[in-house]
Amino acid sequence: MSAIEKLRNIDRRFIFIAIALAVIVPLLFPIGLPVTVSPSVQKLYDAIEELPPGSKVLMSFDYGTSTMPEVYPMNLAVAQHCFSRDLKVVGTVLWPEGVSLGQNALEIAAEKYGKVYGTDYVNLGYKVGGMVVIQAIGRDIREIFPEDFRGTPIEELPIMEGVRNFDRFRLVVTFSAGDPGVREWVMIAQARYHKKVGAGCTAVSAPAFYPYLDTGQLVGLLGGMKGAAEYEKLLQSQGPATAGMDAQSVAHAVIICFILFGNLVMLITKRKTERRSL
Amino acid sequence: MTTLGVWIAALLTLCILSFLYKDNPFYKFAEHLFVGVSAGYVVALTYHNTLIPNLFVPLLKQGDYILIIPLILGIMMLLRLFPKVGWISRWPLAFIVGVTAGFWLITYLQSNGLVQIRETLRPFNSLGNIVIAIGVLTGLTYFFFSKEHKGVFGKTAKVGIWFLMVTFGASFGYTVMARISLLIGRMHFLLSDWLGLIK
Repeated sequence: MSAIEKLRNIDRRFIFIAIALAVIVPLLFPIGLPVTVSPSVQKLYDAIEELPPGSKVLMSFDYGTSTMPEVYPMNLAVAQHCFSRDLKVVGTVLWPEGVSLGQNALEIAAEKYGKVYGTDYVNLGYKVGGMVVIQAIGRDIREIFPEDFRGTPIEELPIMEGVRNFDRFRLVVTFSAGDPGVREWVMIAQARYHKKVGAGCTAVSAPAFYPYLDTGQLVGLLGGMKGAAEYEKLLQSQGPATAGMDAQSVAHAVIICFILFGNLVMLITKRKTERRSL
Repeated sequence: MTTLGVWIAALLTLCILSFLYKDNPFYKFAEHLFVGVSAGYVVALTYHNTLIPNLFVPLLKQGDYILIIPLILGIMMLLRLFPKVGWISRWPLAFIVGVTAGFWLITYLQSNGLVQIRETLRPFNSLGNIVIAIGVLTGLTYFFFSKEHKGVFGKTAKVGIWFLMVTFGASFGYTVMARISLLIGRMHFLLSDWLGLIK
């Protein structure tokens, strides 16, 4: 077997080891590669910066544990930004696991800025139905969320005073890992109720939502761990996404090398086969 | 997370990752456990978050008898589990499809159709706007199969293929980024929460 043939039949487990090392080594020994802020991230940051203190932001935690490494950091970063600007956050959940993840992010951010549950932020919990739930919020939020996730009636929560539907919310931000998520919030909250909608989503789904950004249907978009790291940079805080960006960059470089190497080997093999056939 | 919880999570993570070497009983155990726990979690959650507040309480305590209709439709759906009467489940399914289609149609057309078309037809005063227009038109040309892709039409379709390839490439790049992020998340957990190597 020639060297080229050996390379063509290389055990894929070597590739797995290379990727594992590309992730583990930068995590243990951070390089500090630069993170540049993209316009879509800057737009969401600016949209929150523009809100006057005391404004209410509806934040929807539409993700689960399987996408936590990507979406949770952006959830945490945006929650911190909101509390740093004295904004009030009302959380809703369209994915079952989002209740505890969103609450965790809100509690960490609230603790940092001394915010109180029920007054400065609330988590209304999970409701099944996706788009129907968003539609119901637009009609009467108290009908679909009569109590928060702890079972406290909505009337007893100071933050919900005067909140009937989307009217009192200056901005809607969804952290989404699929459906229901960004698309549904754009279709109902933006298209029907003309609310400003911002989003954070997994990298896989980000390309599908960029058209919404170009049309102004989204005020800003954070895509994957990179989007979260960019937001952390704007906040000038070292969060979980920033910690993972070195590993992300090195792993990408390794994958690019493998793609180039694979194509090179394929071209050499192809040329050799053509020569033999001549 | 408690120490016991961290250890269980770490060992299950290693069980799942062991599949990269080859299929083995540890992977199978973790996989089955995950499926079972997920199914149980969803059933319990649906019962407490959906059936009790949306059906049982309004129906039995508040006398909202209109809810008997969705209750019957729900039971009809479950009949799918019995082959002899499984056909009955088609009725509630048809209802769901009809309602969903009606609910989605206008909103979807508005936000994903009309707005997108309007924003495609921008004035040609920037390179970006020109590229968008060319990309959309040539891309659509490629998907027009009623005319043979020859001559000018064929060349236009070929340009469309290039735009599509760039789109697929971008999507692939984002997919790789997403998968690596998940790996980073697990590795970070193992190295920090479990082994304490990262502060």
